[in-house]
Amino acid sequence: MTRSTSTTRKAASALTAAALTAITLAGCGSGDDPGSGAPAGSAADLDAALAEGGELTYWTWTPSGQAQADAFMEEYPNVTVTVVNAGTATEEYTKLQNAIKAGSGAPDVAQIEYYALQQFVLSESLLDVSGYGFGDLEEEYTASTWSAVTSGDAIWGLPQDSGPMVLLYNKEIFDQFGLEVPATWDDYVAAAEKLHAADPSKYITNDAGDPGFAQPLIWQAGGRPYQTDGTAVTVDLQDEGTKRWADTWNRMLEPGLLADVPTWSDDWWKALSDGTVATIVTGAWMPGILEGSVPDGAGKWRVAPLPSYDGSATTAENGGSAQAVIKQTENPELAAAFLRWLNSSEESVDVFLDNGGFPSTTAHLSSPEFLEETPEYFGGQKINEVLVDASENVATGWQYLPFQVYANSVFPDTVGTAYTGKSDLNAGLQAWQEQIVSYGSSQGFSVNK
Amino acid sequence: MSTTVTLAAPRAGETAAVARPLRRRKREWQGWFFTWPFAVVFVFAFMAPLLYALWLSLFQNRLVGGNSFVGLGNYEAAFRDPAFWDGFGRVFGFLLVQVPLMLLLALVAALAIDSARLYATGLFRVVIFLPYAVPAVVAVLMWGFLYSDNFGLTAGINDWLGSDVLRPFAPSWVTVSIGNIVTWEYVGYNMVIFYSALRTIPAELYEAAELDGASSSQVIKAIKLPAARGAIVIATIFSIIGSFQLFNEPNVLKPLANNVISSHFTPNMYAYNLSFAGQQYNYSATVAIIMGVITAAIAYVVQIRGTRKEDR
Repeated sequence: MTRSTSTTRKAASALTAAALTAITLAGCGSGDDPGSGAPAGSAADLDAALAEGGELTYWTWTPSGQAQADAFMEEYPNVTVTVVNAGTATEEYTKLQNAIKAGSGAPDVAQIEYYALQQFVLSESLLDVSGYGFGDLEEEYTASTWSAVTSGDAIWGLPQDSGPMVLLYNKEIFDQFGLEVPATWDDYVAAAEKLHAADPSKYITNDAGDPGFAQPLIWQAGGRPYQTDGTAVTVDLQDEGTKRWADTWNRMLEPGLLADVPTWSDDWWKALSDGTVATIVTGAWMPGILEGSVPDGAGKWRVAPLPSYDGSATTAENGGSAQAVIKQTENPELAAAFLRWLNSSEESVDVFLDNGGFPSTTAHLSSPEFLEETPEYFGGQKINEVLVDASENVATGWQYLPFQVYANSVFPDTVGTAYTGKSDLNAGLQAWQEQIVSYGSSQGFSVNK
Repeated sequence: MSTTVTLAAPRAGETAAVARPLRRRKREWQGWFFTWPFAVVFVFAFMAPLLYALWLSLFQNRLVGGNSFVGLGNYEAAFRDPAFWDGFGRVFGFLLVQVPLMLLLALVAALAIDSARLYATGLFRVVIFLPYAVPAVVAVLMWGFLYSDNFGLTAGINDWLGSDVLRPFAPSWVTVSIGNIVTWEYVGYNMVIFYSALRTIPAELYEAAELDGASSSQVIKAIKLPAARGAIVIATIFSIIGSFQLFNEPNVLKPLANNVISSHFTPNMYAYNLSFAGQQYNYSATVAIIMGVITAAIAYVVQIRGTRKEDR
């Protein structure tokens, strides 16, 4: 308001516009589009590039990013890798999109979550690394993560981690209120009712409306709302599986059995720490974060398989990232070589695991050492056995939209209102679909035609 | 004015008529020469961004199909866009309620401090002004914690009252909550503007009023308010511009007031989301230009009306 804000804003918009001008100027200058086909080359070219050396920039928010790069530079002293934390998730994508649009300033290698990968593929921002013999790496990764980075013969990156969904529960609360670990969602809803009736200040879990949470649950429920074939997109947020999730969730949302606390907020951490929230429905990367962020929870939490609709072990992926080579790179071979080392070498993945990451590589997932770990925080439970088991039961066939980042940004405007009003999620999903269809059509896709 | 006078004199003689255009041309060139430091900054910092935004707004860059010229298509779309008008309606309503309230509070505070009836006016002045010195983002985060009905001050008050009466983040209250933050932030700033206008009133006027036996309310009405009128007009214009540009407060509260603050809560937030999440830079530029034109028009009307009153 008033003067200072308006002047700062004017200055800011002038700067933005000046930057945009610079961007267009730069855009005019760089006419060297490398084309969309995969570059021809081989694994041997990558080794040669490593020996020759050079400089690379790597954007990531992975906690172990710098340590991995250090280990890499120790092994290949001719290569200098500059690690930049350009923000987490959407924040990084915004910067990345801008740099790509500008024609310069993008990193050589960047971390991109699986859900956003297609969007970058579509805007021809990523290098197809299949030409460098990356196809041979397929068997190193879990099926679900590999399928997330490939489309047809093209390989758009390598999986870093995975997030098969599990249930984290506070055993102390469960014991206190006589709750059983739920095997199905019906059991889960029953537990939610029982807990909240016994102590109205306690909730089975929190959910204030989050697309990154709703979509994996739709995935698990058998919903496949998005299908993309080239530029033809089909959206059906009322298919059988999606409705199954929404109807189940309505049973907890409408009577107010879900704590209205946004995940990752300060309130959330407090709620986890003081037992207000008794379970977390989350990805396999969460135990490491919980241990680091909620020290009060030591010894109280346990890991269980995600409840399902029919008692089966079916689960879905929640989050997880790949690393990809940005097409703008001046040294594609070296960038691809770094990528290969980063997500498939023993040394790199070990550093990643030491920092509490959950891998996507089958060798690590099945290694006895990993499976036998008994963290104190989880009362000595062999949690990795549960997590790895989940990684083997991820349902197949899920696709994200080619413009998922935008779709997620309008989720709060639509489905979010159902959360705020504690009303039918199906209505929210329909409103969301309308927004998605309208945006997709305005972007030139043929949506639901 | 002075140019016409000097030129009018030699118009009689023939020789002067020949010399005149030469002299004038030379003068113009020199004038331009001296303006270049300004002109360069003006063109690059003000004109280029505006023209570039205008240029952008005539195109459409699709994820599929690339860039194409659409003429006024984006404007047509914006005028029929409910999301844009939803945000616009909200800031307009906000401005109708919050701006008068804030300016009234600021005026009362300025008059109180100026009345010489308060002790420690310096302290009050600083304390009321202090919120303005807090960076907006920090201030909003702080209020966000106060507003939190799970663990914040609001939760405490609700606990104490034993009900959920205070719900600053409820859909029907969130705009009011934002108005409260904005008022808290800027009352002090406007107070300082008003106060400085009041300080310029010569002491003789008060003396004269006292001799005429004017009461203090008459002094306010007949001396202080007319003297502060210019400052009030300026503060009103700044506040109107500020309301239309509302962005920081709702954007910082967005993650705290989950789902309640939509991506098109204000036109600025809408433009931001269009370009940064939706990559619709062209449409975003269109929204920005429409808002700019509307803001300029309203600010202009206020200025005309405000100064006309002053003349009366």
